[in-house]
Amino acid sequence: MSKGILYDSTLCVGCRACEGACAERWGLPYNEKIAGEETISAHKLTAIETHGDKYNRRLCMHCQEPACASVCPVGAIQKTALGPVVYDPEKCMGCRYCLQACAFQVPTYEWDSRLPRMRKCDQCFERQSRGEPTACAAACPTGATKCGERDALIAEAHERIAGKPRDYYGAIYGLEEAGGTSVFYLSSVPFAQIGLRTNVPHEPLPDLTWRVLELTPDVVSTGSILLGGIWWITNRRAEVAKAEGKRK
Amino acid sequence: MRVRLPKITIWRAIFAAIMLSGLYATYLRIFYGLGGSTNLSDRFPWGVWIAFDVLCGVGLAAGGFTLVAVVHIFAIERYKPILRPAILTAFLGYSLVVVALLFDLGRPDRLWHPLVMWNPHSVMFEVAWCVTLYTTVLFLEFLPMVLERFGWHQPLEWIHNISVPLMIAGVLLSTLHQSSLGSLFLIVPAKMYPLWYSPTLPAMFYISAIGVGLAMTIFESWHSSRAFGRALELPLLASMGRVLAVLMSGYLWLRFLDLAHRHVLGLLLVNRPETWLFFLEIALMAIPAMLLFQKRIRLQPGALYACAVMVIFGFVANRLNVGVTALESGSGTSYVPRWSEIAVTLSIVAAGFAIFRLIAEYFPVFEAPAGGQPLLVAEKESEEESVPVG
Repeated sequence: MSKGILYDSTLCVGCRACEGACAERWGLPYNEKIAGEETISAHKLTAIETHGDKYNRRLCMHCQEPACASVCPVGAIQKTALGPVVYDPEKCMGCRYCLQACAFQVPTYEWDSRLPRMRKCDQCFERQSRGEPTACAAACPTGATKCGERDALIAEAHERIAGKPRDYYGAIYGLEEAGGTSVFYLSSVPFAQIGLRTNVPHEPLPDLTWRVLELTPDVVSTGSILLGGIWWITNRRAEVAKAEGKRK
Repeated sequence: MRVRLPKITIWRAIFAAIMLSGLYATYLRIFYGLGGSTNLSDRFPWGVWIAFDVLCGVGLAAGGFTLVAVVHIFAIERYKPILRPAILTAFLGYSLVVVALLFDLGRPDRLWHPLVMWNPHSVMFEVAWCVTLYTTVLFLEFLPMVLERFGWHQPLEWIHNISVPLMIAGVLLSTLHQSSLGSLFLIVPAKMYPLWYSPTLPAMFYISAIGVGLAMTIFESWHSSRAFGRALELPLLASMGRVLAVLMSGYLWLRFLDLAHRHVLGLLLVNRPETWLFFLEIALMAIPAMLLFQKRIRLQPGALYACAVMVIFGFVANRLNVGVTALESGSGTSYVPRWSEIAVTLSIVAAGFAIFRLIAEYFPVFEAPAGGQPLLVAEKESEEESVPVG
């Protein structure tokens, strides 16, 4: 029962209605100049990119096992049961590990603020909680951005590819990336050609650090016994030597 | 002192210039945010404040836990004369890392958040706890120097009573912390250049930290002996140099073994900046390691000092490579620190040197503890080196 977004690059006409709707929903300014910026930033949480005659849309992937949430030392980022990965600016201390850890380079930071926050798409968490579509999906005139149940969207993406195999590059971006995401991409060309990162590992990224972190109790318990034991032996040896009046 | 007055004035002028530039950079950081004081960006969120101030700062403090383990846990008492300077360096190092974090964190007023808002799945959470706990341990290990100075015997005894668990905790926390700074980067396999990204990062960070801890001890002893007109504990430092040579050779062997197993040795033939910076890092560790295997070099204070400095530079090169070089190409952007980032970093280093000097001058850092127990191992400092540990 988790939500997702399907973005079909072949249907996108680059009208940027999603950008405007997103800015409005976040209360961010939106004008000609900002529309021209083709990168996501703290004042533009989704962006349409032009790649020749193709378009691509950048937004948070809402990973099933998000690296950003796993690395946050204060748990300010959470994966919700509904699907969206949400952020609590009141907890955030600004270490920016989430920016570093995200394989898709999604989180952005309010660099010029004195009290900065991390910013990223939250897949319209409160709208989706009420059963409404995301602002971007509601604004999209061509159906290039569609929101709905994650499983249903995956099934639909497969159908679209099967229905028009010539129009599509035969894969869904987001299915395997980082162990699976909640945002899926369809394209007529290989994904690298529309600017998507294709070197993202297919395993959940949090596993990479957890593998080491889970050893912490072992290190602490074994280490204290070992060090305590060595101390006891060396100390005891010295005491014995002293008691027997021997020189070492 | 009066004889060296002109020299000191030059150093004081440099010190003042660094601190003033740092002060102005601090003003920029406070009033214009990270954007107005750094060249960081969404694609390159960590710069020299993390790669140098934190990664190197913590590493350079590793002499503290290494010597505590050697002297008190393994009871190799002949290293005792250099234990206190190492503890002082570690304590100052950690305190200054906290200062650096206040610059780097977007919300330094929330530095305490990880202590109450837990996420045990985060390496940064572990780092935060290690910094907090180990700084506390180091404070308690440093405190006897202050208490002795003022002759407060009662609290001295309290600390003495908990000293063994304290030392063991310190060694464990350091082990966790030094390695976890490497673990921080395990989550970015796709962004990091393969010469540095490795599942062995935590282990490599730990081993190289012990190495640089020994090198820092040699470095400090050399400077302190000059500054305070004391004789160098040469036999001690020379045998430490031998341990360092063995350790760094082992480290480099593991490093190349790791590259071979990940099938990335071919990258060493590619003409890219990463390759050259990799060779620089390796050379700065391999050359002193080879030199230190020769007794002639070890017993010559200048050469021993030069080797220690090379190891320190090699270590710094490694941490800067991990924290900056390795992440540049994968992040699709370039990063050159802004002057204000460098100014803050230099100020923190300069402050570290100045505070160390002050404390060493007024507190019994370089003396044996007053009225302490007799040495358990009544060994004369001999010219002949004994077999190194480990």
